[in-house]
Amino acid sequence: MRITQGAFSFLPDLTDTQIAAQIEYCLRNDWAVAIEFTDDPHPRNTYWSMWGHPMFDLADAAGAMQALRECREARPGHYIRINAFDPSAGWETVRLSFIVGRPAVEPGFRLVRREGPGRTLHYTLESYAVGHRPEGERYAT
Amino acid sequence: MTQPLAAPTDTIDLAAEYCEAGVADVLDRLDAELVGLAPVKRRVREIAALLLVDRVRERLGLASTPPSLHMCFTGNPGTGKTTLALRMAEILQRLGYVRKGHVVAVTRDDLVGQFIGHTAPKTKDVLKRAMGGVLFIDEAYYLFRPENEKDYGQEAIEILLQVMENQRDDLVVILAGYADRMDRFFESNPGMKSRIAHHVEFPDYSNAELAQIAERMLADWNYRFDAAGRAAFDDYLHHRRAKPHFANARSVRNALDRMRLRQALRLFDGATPVAADDLQILTAADVRASRHFHPTPPTLVGQAPPDAEIDAYDPDRIPERSDY
Repeated sequence: MRITQGAFSFLPDLTDTQIAAQIEYCLRNDWAVAIEFTDDPHPRNTYWSMWGHPMFDLADAAGAMQALRECREARPGHYIRINAFDPSAGWETVRLSFIVGRPAVEPGFRLVRREGPGRTLHYTLESYAVGHRPEGERYAT
Repeated sequence: MTQPLAAPTDTIDLAAEYCEAGVADVLDRLDAELVGLAPVKRRVREIAALLLVDRVRERLGLASTPPSLHMCFTGNPGTGKTTLALRMAEILQRLGYVRKGHVVAVTRDDLVGQFIGHTAPKTKDVLKRAMGGVLFIDEAYYLFRPENEKDYGQEAIEILLQVMENQRDDLVVILAGYADRMDRFFESNPGMKSRIAHHVEFPDYSNAELAQIAERMLADWNYRFDAAGRAAFDDYLHHRRAKPHFANARSVRNALDRMRLRQALRLFDGATPVAADDLQILTAADVRASRHFHPTPPTLVGQAPPDAEIDAYDPDRIPERSDY
């Protein structure tokens, strides 16, 4: 099951040229680009791990693309996303966030039922990929 | 190559190409705004011509290897290396060899870390910022410290080399520094030398050129010399050149700053009403108050010579200051 989070996630995966063009757009707007990764696809997993520092003072997408290549190499089988932070007064928040890397196979989610008092049922989701394995081993083949 | 894309009879108007790229404009401004530096300007013209011809050849399908653009500027301080780097970035950008044309100027401190594992991220961060433009490394020879084999400068050099080789499209590196020290730096780093295609040497300015530079600076700030002041300034240049730490245009700039301070004080203490003209004119008195007209006995360094008014604004007065 394909994870759809952030912008462009209902489109086919962006190529590197397209990613670079998006980063160019962010830099043109003076947004700071940051790279984050995780192997927990749960939709409520908001805080991913940062790859390096957010890249302030960048002039060209080539720098961010190089960092992205390094991240992909060091973290294969992880979700990777690019966040663009707008530091201008009044915004000071992430303006654009999109996934630029995902594991080859995404097994999807299992519905977990927990029985409560009085035969009530509580439902939640758990990723098959996560299982009960610790971070970093979840998409291991 | 089996078939060239263009018939040999096809002609291309290089002059039109030149105007279209907007390089002519940059080169003309270079000629007009920078005083002297004839050999440097000729080299820049050569490089620009080579790049332009390369671009046309590529369009005609005449295979040529992408030119290596990394450069080395050598010359004494204050001879215009940084200024030229800015212009070079503009030329490269107009010709399409760098995408953004910004200049990131760094020195050893920006590249080399202070402990193990600090250098690589620091250098990579600088490289990332410089991508799409020009990385200007001032006093590049400080990167290599032969007397300390554990120095982290070597690590920075290796990362630089790798990027200079593999990401030529993304980044142009310009090294700058004194000629003799750069030569020694290249001797101990042959890899660096072989990756730098263009060596540009900056000659010292003559006194006449420095005077011209001074007049342009003053005009920019809405100041001017009167006739006696101008003559005094020529004298000043003559004296200053003989002193240690002479830094060409930078010394001129600092001298002018001090003369402006003296002029302000003179007007302030004069207690007469001043006209707009008085506010603009630097007189001989403002120039001649400089320390360089009053030889200090060597035993009295830092003390005022008895017969001369002390020049309180002159940083050379403080013996340990070496940056002027």
